Amino acid sequence: MNALADKHVKVITGNAAAAHGARLCRPDVVAAYPITPQSEVVEQLAKWHADGSIDCEYVTVEGENSAQNVVCGASMAGSRAYTATSSYGLVYMYDAMLNTAGYRAPVVMVNVNREPPGIHAVCSGQQDMICVRDSGWVQLIAENCQEILDLSIQAFRLAEDHGIQLPVILNYDGYYLSYLAEAVNIPSVAEVDDYLSILKTQPKRPTLIPGQGIGCGSHGIGPGFVEARKKHMDALDRVYQMVDDIDAEFDQAFGRGYGGQLEAYRCEDADIILVTSGSAVGTARTVVNARREAGIKVGLVKIRLFRPWPIQRLARVLKGKKAIGILDRSLCFGWGCGPLHMETKAIIPTIGEFIPMLGFIDGLANMDITKEHIDKMIDDIYSASKGNSYQEVTWLP
Amino acid sequence: MSAKEIRLHGRGGQGAVMAAKMLASAFAIEGKAVATFPMYGFERRGMPVIAFTRFDTEQILEKTQIYTPDLLMVIDPTLLSLPTLFDGLKPGGVLILNRDKPLADHPSENLEKVGVVNATHIALCEIGRDIPNTCLLGALVKTTGWLNLTSLLTALGEYLDGSMLEKNIRNATRGYNETEVQTWDL
Repeated sequence: MNALADKHVKVITGNAAAAHGARLCRPDVVAAYPITPQSEVVEQLAKWHADGSIDCEYVTVEGENSAQNVVCGASMAGSRAYTATSSYGLVYMYDAMLNTAGYRAPVVMVNVNREPPGIHAVCSGQQDMICVRDSGWVQLIAENCQEILDLSIQAFRLAEDHGIQLPVILNYDGYYLSYLAEAVNIPSVAEVDDYLSILKTQPKRPTLIPGQGIGCGSHGIGPGFVEARKKHMDALDRVYQMVDDIDAEFDQAFGRGYGGQLEAYRCEDADIILVTSGSAVGTARTVVNARREAGIKVGLVKIRLFRPWPIQRLARVLKGKKAIGILDRSLCFGWGCGPLHMETKAIIPTIGEFIPMLGFIDGLANMDITKEHIDKMIDDIYSASKGNSYQEVTWLP
Repeated sequence: MSAKEIRLHGRGGQGAVMAAKMLASAFAIEGKAVATFPMYGFERRGMPVIAFTRFDTEQILEKTQIYTPDLLMVIDPTLLSLPTLFDGLKPGGVLILNRDKPLADHPSENLEKVGVVNATHIALCEIGRDIPNTCLLGALVKTTGWLNLTSLLTALGEYLDGSMLEKNIRNATRGYNETEVQTWDL
């Protein structure tokens, strides 16, 4: 029945790449509920489960809250557990997500970015991942279909590492990536097994055992609570190095490396920098290349790790630059700017100097982040770098 | 030939999204870099759907919609009256049109070539339903010469099998054979 060829390049969507990524990591338990623009992930995994292409427990649930509770419980029992959601589905499982993080259950979840409730929009936008920013999950962001597949594999490697034991969300833009079909190199199960085999050499993580009384975060009073929270924070601190290391290991194994926490593209000799994430990075690369040819020393920072925020590495890249632009596909309510912008402002003490920072809000609700928009952003950042006054936050279009 | 940008206009259920993917796969078979995606809100049968396909000899990095297409494909003939249909068409542009008769006028000054085929009629004959997408892909091959028919027919096999594959191979081949090409001197 297994019609899946082991190794080849296929033209597939971002959603299909995510499904392949999950399949290749051979999850024990999958529980997910379909929602636009994620449905294809769930449909594909259900189809493979039905035809025997993947050997897992597939739990059909009546909603996302149950899906998260199922994968949390399965993970605590020692399973490799996977789910996928988007927008309304993500916020519908919020309480369960907090449990998964608090219980240190290393679930891997895809979140296909879509505008969450408030103004009903079946449209792309990163606001959903911002809603769960402080849930204690690790959050990664992919730029293209190949990276969705590769980062799915890295996500399991990261979540289940004995030094981490945290749930991981892999985010990618709805529509612009979920439905985008590109050529994707699909590795074999054996290759992925090999990459993940290091996890088997590590001490076994504590799991629920029927009949045995083990506390897993269900109650914590006073010092026990504080200890658990502190350990969670410490694990997030270890994520930084681990993300860089496993990306380097991945490059060794598959010949594709992405820079770990972030990618600094043409930043070394740059005077000005644009910081962004997700599908907008691809478009921004083309604009940066064109501007470089025209003699503008502009660089691009791609944020791959959103939680924990890559404080040290980002500060190192930005130090000494003359002006910085930050392009956000979501809003930071209460700060009057975008979330990546707010987080970049927060590292000014780490950078150790004041640098003009210009925020740009674009790409909400499927609005296209065009080359022309990014050109305008670079014009504004360049102008600020020359000492001209600038607008702190600009909404496009 | 370097980068080309293609914009497809159809209605939910006619296979515009599938056609865009099949076309991308066909170019990929010929060694091109490809990128394709649709843009619509809610999935609803009969709603206008736009899909974009890019192919290039270089890696495709941009993830934007297509604003200056080299080619427009109109899968539903009623969309020919869309006031924004020809927006951004590059000079020397091509139109692939599902219609029962050739164009009587020259609808855009940048339009150089039109491949017209009665794809609805052919699809009803070959598939038994109004799914004209693969017929129009055959028409695209004939009108532009940008790729070989064999690559297209091979690509169909990545998405269809059994009798549906056979029917669509006939659908595409008839599109290739029965397309009438009109040209204008710009």
